[in-house]
Amino acid sequence: MIQIHGLHKSFGGKPVLSGVDLAVGQGESLCVIGQSGTGKSVLLKCILGLTTPEAGRILWRGSPLDQATRPDFLARFGMLFQGAALFDSLTVWQNVAFRLRQRMPDVQARAIAIEKLGRVGLGPETADLMPAELSGGMAKRAGLARAIADDPAVIFFDEPTTGLDPIRARRINGLIRGIVTETGATAITITHDMDSVRAIGDRVALLQDGRIAWEGPVPAMDRAAPLAGFLGNTPSL
Amino acid sequence: MNPVRLTGRAALLMTRGIGAVTLFTLRGLFRLRPFYRRAFAAQLVQIGWLSLPVVGLTALFTGAALALQIHSGGARFQASDVVPAIVAIGMVRELGPVLGGLMVAARVASSIAAEIGTMKVTEQIDALVTLSTDPMRWLVTPRLWAAMLTVPVLVGVGDIIGIMGGWLVGTQSLGFNSTAYLANTSAYLERWDVVSGLLKGVVFGLIVAVCGCWFGIHSGRGAAGVGRATKSAVVAAAVGILAANFVLTGLFFE
Ligand SMILES: Nc1ncnc2c1ncn2[C@@H]1O[C@H](COP(=O)(O)OP(=O)(O)OP(=O)(O)O)[C@@H](O)[C@H]1O
Ligand SMILES: [Mg+2]
Repeated sequence: MIQIHGLHKSFGGKPVLSGVDLAVGQGESLCVIGQSGTGKSVLLKCILGLTTPEAGRILWRGSPLDQATRPDFLARFGMLFQGAALFDSLTVWQNVAFRLRQRMPDVQARAIAIEKLGRVGLGPETADLMPAELSGGMAKRAGLARAIADDPAVIFFDEPTTGLDPIRARRINGLIRGIVTETGATAITITHDMDSVRAIGDRVALLQDGRIAWEGPVPAMDRAAPLAGFLGNTPSL
Repeated sequence: MNPVRLTGRAALLMTRGIGAVTLFTLRGLFRLRPFYRRAFAAQLVQIGWLSLPVVGLTALFTGAALALQIHSGGARFQASDVVPAIVAIGMVRELGPVLGGLMVAARVASSIAAEIGTMKVTEQIDALVTLSTDPMRWLVTPRLWAAMLTVPVLVGVGDIIGIMGGWLVGTQSLGFNSTAYLANTSAYLERWDVVSGLLKGVVFGLIVAVCGCWFGIHSGRGAAGVGRATKSAVVAAAVGILAANFVLTGLFFE
């Protein structure tokens, strides 16, 4: 579904990505792990066209992702940002229903938004709050509701469980797994949380020093030497 | 480095900067489809309605002070009875638009830059892109049009309040007769005086919104980045207004 070949990106002469190769198939759930600051978020931004890589190709359904094809891609796409990135000027339900409101009446969009908020464990009373009134973890879940609101075919989750308590985290992991199996969506999840990887991933890739240092199916990761550091003591932020 | 080369480089940078801002402005003005009506209405309130008190107060005190100045200055050549005409012309042509514009710059350029800058550093602008929404159309276009439409209205209201400020001082402490003062004002004021001031308002509104949006969108990372963006937006808008005022005054009245 998405293929990445030889992606290079640096900021002010400091290389962040130096030759990333990665592929995700239709309906597959890929987890990307790696130390803080290795460029995981930057990798997502390159795919989205939010930053321009210096070199490398990104293919979507076999054709290069560029100015012409990106709108189609984005129309079928949802993303949870690391910091939730809710719009401050809109209420929670308006955030969740952002895309929906562009093509259906508010009453209908609001009903869907409240249903999606329910799925991430936020009650209808949160719908009319402003994002500034939410706690960090609540904002994260509202961001998750926005990412899945329009039933996207491709979803990126940037650290979906960071900042959540273990019970919520487990519930969110279950939700992401559920979405992938139910809707056949393709998911790329960035995480530091090995429990998340086990719960939602089909495959894992380790990003290290600007490259994919290891890649394989989730069950194989216990025997993979490069991942030893991650498995031993789950690094926390 | 040799001075010729230095000058050349500075000129090149400046030309490039002006080109980029011009392109940004044109994109902001003419990317009208889809037009986000709700965002536009919110900006009309933010930029126009909520600026009324500060612009009104500025105009009131300016008109009042102007009346005192003309009265005492005019006394030197036995012309203190020109107070109504000079207050009106001074307000409408020059002080209404310039001071109104500067107050709007302080209030609006800063808040636009801070809001958009914060949206940038908290990835809200990136989030817009992932939701298939062009930040230019959603953030910039409504602000540019709202400012261009409301600032001239603010200037018009300021003109009236400023003239009233002069009238208050004139009738209450300078001994003018109320009807005579107002008659004198309307006798000397020409339509072009008013229209030219309102046109200045359109341009100043555009300058304020462009500066706020440009520096907000190009904000650096973190709180410090937003702080710098806000400061630059206000300074650029204020200098831009004063420079544009000089150019426009030359164009309109020379
Ligand atoms: N816009 C930018 N300008 C300059 N440097 C940047 C920019 N964005 C990212 N970087 C740098 O790129 C590197 C990777 O950042 P990135 O946000 O991708 O890390 P990450 O792997 O997502 O880390 P974390 O797990 O903490 O989220 C960092 O060193 C960061 O300083
Ligand atoms: Mg990150």
